Amino acid sequence: MLEAQKLAARRGFSKLFAGVSLRVGAGEALIVTGANGTGKTTLLRMLAGLSAPEAGEIQWQGQRVGPFAPELRAAVAFSGHLPALKDELTAEENLASLLALEGSAASRESLTEALDDVALSRQRSLPARVLSQGQRRRIGLARLSLVSRPLWILDEPLAALDAAGAELLTRLLGRHLANGGLAVVATHSALGLPESRVSSLALN
Amino acid sequence: MAATLALAPERHDAPAWPAIRWAIARDLKLALRSRAELGVQLLFYVIVASLFPLATTPERGMLALIGPGVLWVAALLASLLSLPRLFAGDYADGTLEQIALSPYPLAALVSGKIIAHWLTTGLPVVLLAPLVGLQYAMDGEALAVLASALLIGTPILSLLGAIGAALTLGLRASGSLLALLVLPLYVPVLIFGAGAVEAARTGLGASAHLSLLGAGLLVACVGAPFAAASAVRIALD
Repeated sequence: MLEAQKLAARRGFSKLFAGVSLRVGAGEALIVTGANGTGKTTLLRMLAGLSAPEAGEIQWQGQRVGPFAPELRAAVAFSGHLPALKDELTAEENLASLLALEGSAASRESLTEALDDVALSRQRSLPARVLSQGQRRRIGLARLSLVSRPLWILDEPLAALDAAGAELLTRLLGRHLANGGLAVVATHSALGLPESRVSSLALN
Repeated sequence: MAATLALAPERHDAPAWPAIRWAIARDLKLALRSRAELGVQLLFYVIVASLFPLATTPERGMLALIGPGVLWVAALLASLLSLPRLFAGDYADGTLEQIALSPYPLAALVSGKIIAHWLTTGLPVVLLAPLVGLQYAMDGEALAVLASALLIGTPILSLLGAIGAALTLGLRASGSLLALLVLPLYVPVLIFGAGAVEAARTGLGASAHLSLLGAGLLVACVGAPFAAASAVRIALD
């Protein structure tokens, strides 16, 4: 379970948000909404343990966690708006490299299969440099399908994805939640997840 | 995915070796894919080192005297030129976030990156030094001492430089700031490195200088990866 109490953040001298509390249980997704510049990305980076909150605290499985806490790093799969892809490496090498960094070794077959699932089988051995934005996003989806982390934190996962890609994301998220995973997703569009599993948080 | 994945307690003490291996293998692969960039750095080193005999004097005694110092300065500049590559690329494309969020110890991942950086930029400088040194009419012994001093000294440059590179991540004019930050730290390495050849030439023996360089390397090995890892975390915050 992921909990946070009275989180606050500021950018420069202006307050971004304050008093944000949330609670996400196993099998649940929290959708974070809000206009541009209300601090969705900042909140997600805090929850992922990438930055320290100005005030308030975050608990993972009942235990208080600070930025880069080992408990959190072992649990979180973070996908920010930077794709974390290397232009020089091929789609498959990028995927393998990201998974190895997370400590989840994947066999060649499962890599191939995951890339097939996101409709990148023909682009498997192309350098990421030549892929379109949407195709780069799809490598991120393939990574999510292979990583075994209980807490997914996704920042604008639908950006640059087409309808089929969005559907794919919904399917992955659905499977993740059904397996008892947690997700915090910042998005502007509906994800089509079952109502019972979703709660939402609006920043303003 | 197993149904138990969400609540199963995970191991927190991820080992360091796979992390170091991952970082070395990935950075070497990336370096091989952008060979031109490495070639430019090496060419820079060779050209800087070759300018001095042209600009000063063809007199052999004088050249042998200034040679070690010039080659060390060229090595420092070459190292400085390559340092921004160490973290900036990973920072710009988001890989550094994933690296910092990896369950592996960040200092181990950073160590691997530093080792790869030295293998691709420091080691070629060491290997080229005896060749470039021929322009300075240095004798065999002086060349051997120079190469060993560079072999011990250039890893220190990569280690100290990594701290500076991480501290200047995301700043404007980070390149020049990096030079201001790192060059003063390089001074002791320069003094003992160039001094080793001078000591050998005057018959004092280079072992004292080389031992001091070795001690410096050990200290840098122990401290620098942790300092650089902290700086990376600060840069991401």
